[in-house]
Amino acid sequence: MWLTKTNSRPPQGHNGRLATRFLGAVLLSSLLFNPAFAEEKDYQVELPAAPKGPASFTPPNEADIPNNAFGDAVRYGLSLFTNTQQLRGQYVGNELNCVNCHLNKGRQANSAPLWGAFPMYPAYRKKNDHVNTIDERIQGCFTYSMNGTPPPFGSKELTALVTYHYWLSTGAPVGQALPGRGYPKLDTPAEDPSVSRGEVVYQDNCAICHGENGAGTQVDGRYAFPPLWGKDSFNWGAGMHRVNTAAGFIKANMPLGKPNSLTDQQAWDVAAFMNSHERPQDPRYEGNLEQTAETFHQHQCFYNKEVDQQRIGQGVK
Amino acid sequence: MLIQNKSIVLMILVAFSPITLASELGKTIVMQGNSSGAMACSICHGANGAGQAQAGFPNLAGLDPAYMQKQLQDFTTAQRHNPIMTPIATALSTDEMNAVSTYFAQQSTPTMKPTTADDSLLKAGQQLAQNGNWANDVPACFSCHGAQAKGVGMYFPALAGQHASYIEQQLNSWRSGQRSNDPNQLMVGIAQRLSETEIKAVSAYLANLTATNN
Repeated sequence: MWLTKTNSRPPQGHNGRLATRFLGAVLLSSLLFNPAFAEEKDYQVELPAAPKGPASFTPPNEADIPNNAFGDAVRYGLSLFTNTQQLRGQYVGNELNCVNCHLNKGRQANSAPLWGAFPMYPAYRKKNDHVNTIDERIQGCFTYSMNGTPPPFGSKELTALVTYHYWLSTGAPVGQALPGRGYPKLDTPAEDPSVSRGEVVYQDNCAICHGENGAGTQVDGRYAFPPLWGKDSFNWGAGMHRVNTAAGFIKANMPLGKPNSLTDQQAWDVAAFMNSHERPQDPRYEGNLEQTAETFHQHQCFYNKEVDQQRIGQGVK
Repeated sequence: MLIQNKSIVLMILVAFSPITLASELGKTIVMQGNSSGAMACSICHGANGAGQAQAGFPNLAGLDPAYMQKQLQDFTTAQRHNPIMTPIATALSTDEMNAVSTYFAQQSTPTMKPTTADDSLLKAGQQLAQNGNWANDVPACFSCHGAQAKGVGMYFPALAGQHASYIEQQLNSWRSGQRSNDPNQLMVGIAQRLSETEIKAVSAYLANLTATNN
């Protein structure tokens, strides 16, 4: 067990019927979903890790965005990227903006910079057995991280976002993983990530911005600091709900202005704390928690795990 | 008659309600100081809280009240040392600190005169305030102090319309260790990574932004 304070055993305290049903579901799902089939539809697959070493790629300056139709698309993409809430209700279903996870307008190394992602696409994914374009990858962000409905292929919004990615990658080698790409991969922690230790780290380092209850901080109805869990945050299908992904992001980028100030252990612990709370349901959920967990959550996460005697992954609206 | 009685009762209730008493107390201390030796806030900050740019006395009007309460508390400790404010804060009771903070929070933000700083300095300040200098781990001011630096809650005070002299002085106080009362030491690190030129530029730019009540 890599997670403490969790329990993946069938619920004992309820009744035998429930436990039997649970076991039944596990058996049924293992019969129905062989591993190859089980992984279908998982768009949140990680690309190869970035090579070690300091980031050396420098994206172009904003002042150099050309003053033509192409430049207009770059600027619109940048605008959508920094203020994604302008698509709220249309393509965005929560209170987040792209820049919450891709800091510094998608320019920042070790914060999943766009210049690290764009040159890696199109990429064949064994997981869904077809070649994925960057458009499809960005659509995945809307489905999961933004808990919304993706802008369609060819829409002006998706095209503008792709154009911004492309422009930011000017001069980056195509098909080559660059140092600083994605979030850093932390070594396995000395001790299993602990929700209760993570809570202490959270209250000491994160709560003044993200709130004691992870709800973020609002000013005049807009979020100055994003909600980390609950109905207004990313859903159970987003990459950030994985404890390892969140730990890497947190270590390299949080608290804002104090990167790499937490120990690896603290980053793992606080990532576990953050991701041991309810959030919107995984959009791939079709009515059966165990089945969804079995198919899509064979990774380091709390989906369908017990935290404080509660099975989480029920989703919140 | 019954209605009249009710109004009288209501008037008495309003007049002696804790809120009214607190605001009276705040106003009294701002205008006259207290009997424990705290001098009137208005001498330096003005009755409307606008402060004095030349002397580096901060504008207090419209700042978050909980932020100001915390600063007054911190002046009584080594966390925020200031030769003028430390004795004044020490002479205030907690209730008095809260009362003056509430008073200044309620004052409408004064219209500041546009700064005379040159355009290139203001542009450099704008770049830092809006975009930060991430190569040096300095996030945009706006990312914590809110859009247009209008302030976010009790930990991230409004900077828009604050005197440039005061902002500059505070950034330097963090660098020197004279001020260390920032939550999680968020400002200390950032201030230390700013250059002298960046401090001047960002102070001038923020002072020039229109301030509004928190």
